Amino acid sequence: MSKRIVVPFGPQHPVLPEPIHLDLVLEDELVVDVVPSIGYIHRGLEQLVLKREFTEYVYVAERICGICSFMHALCYSQGIEHIMNIEVPDRAKYLRTIWSECSRLHSHLLWLGLFADGMGFENLFMRSWQLRESVLDVLEDTTGGRVIQGTCKVGGVRRDIGQEKLDEMHRTLDTFEENCRDLGDVFLNDGSVKYRLQGLSVIPRDDAYALGAAGPTARASGVAMDHRETGYAAYGDLGFKPVVETAGDCYARCAVRVRELYSSIDIIRRAIEGMPEGPIDVKVKGTPDGEYFSRVEQPRGEVVHYLRGNGTKHLARARIRTPTLANIPILVKMLPGIQLADVPVVVLSIDPCISCTER
Amino acid sequence: MVHEEQTTMAVAREDLLNEVERLKTDGYRLVQIGCTDIGGAYEINYSFDKGYQFRNLRLTVGPDEEVTSISGVYWGAFVYENEVHDLFGIPVTGINIDFKGTFIRTATKYPFSVTRRGGDDPCQNA
Repeated sequence: MSKRIVVPFGPQHPVLPEPIHLDLVLEDELVVDVVPSIGYIHRGLEQLVLKREFTEYVYVAERICGICSFMHALCYSQGIEHIMNIEVPDRAKYLRTIWSECSRLHSHLLWLGLFADGMGFENLFMRSWQLRESVLDVLEDTTGGRVIQGTCKVGGVRRDIGQEKLDEMHRTLDTFEENCRDLGDVFLNDGSVKYRLQGLSVIPRDDAYALGAAGPTARASGVAMDHRETGYAAYGDLGFKPVVETAGDCYARCAVRVRELYSSIDIIRRAIEGMPEGPIDVKVKGTPDGEYFSRVEQPRGEVVHYLRGNGTKHLARARIRTPTLANIPILVKMLPGIQLADVPVVVLSIDPCISCTER
Repeated sequence: MVHEEQTTMAVAREDLLNEVERLKTDGYRLVQIGCTDIGGAYEINYSFDKGYQFRNLRLTVGPDEEVTSISGVYWGAFVYENEVHDLFGIPVTGINIDFKGTFIRTATKYPFSVTRRGGDDPCQNA
């Protein structure tokens, strides 16, 4: 047995600017153990719920993350709506679905770019982010914000999308899908990408499930679990099947996200085609009294907002479990047995979001 | 479309591990462990899911009581248990990876625990 050494990974690392630290225990260049550390920038946003009115807290929830910001607002709003028995108009549900899937698209394209960069495939990184820009343009055009949209609220949404704009989005989807399929073709079929990713850090289905993995990380190991199946927002009307792979390696985790691009485009297309007429919000009366575990499928997996009202305008508790926090245990199991050079790619394969984790 | 159900069941400290083991045997995955300061005591929710059926075990503990770790049953529970300790100050015994208070670094000790901090401001940034 070689002498064991500990190599620090992070909290600042070129492939992951957000602060997470891993103590990698190595024998030669083989990883034999890992100890994770987080908590460098914990913001205590959950506690702000005690000082903000429940309708205002949507703005705080949205700022938990700069990538899946809309979905945090959606998860929080749906939780309050459940506690207060508020029925959101159908048009608002469809608009929420469109913006959610736009968030998933730009999140996955962001990740694909970072993943390509982690593999050293620089022009694939640039192509991924070029495509992502077109999604951010749509978000800016329809909500006014590229990062923080500010359109979701308790009782519905703040902005409508006019028919002319919906038609324009529908027309551009074909070209966008064609470009995504060209991009996905490289990720899924390029020889160097497959050589780098296939067979790397395999997590069997039972392990992924037992470790509480979430999102594409779990689905890449064959766990057919996607909260959109419960039909929240307009997913119940539009129908939905989770994207699942079975190999459980880095390639499968990449393949799930590539195929989810196509799935999101299809959902947006059908949401535009089936967009109902009508109001986009309802007036919210009263204050929340009760509790609910609201769950939404973010790009990185299931997010949980536990909300507890006490009949006043301030909630008694908001507890937020983000998908990256749920994926830390599986990350700890992924790393032993791989070479040091593969650590950045494997860490990226769970699509870690430390902003979410340090809510 | 799959219908989601949520149920919550109170559990005593001495029954916690048995109930958790039963859920593991029944095929439930651990979703999260979260704590709420209810003024003079804490409620800890252990949340599990199987096929979108959401089950909660709710444990109520006093400010000086310890909680037994469930990381022997669900290996990944260590992230939540360290979090409960670092944010609320609740001692959790037997965690498989125990960071001993360094998992979440905060300027204020136990920032989410009004009870443990004597009812003062819960968070200096709030």
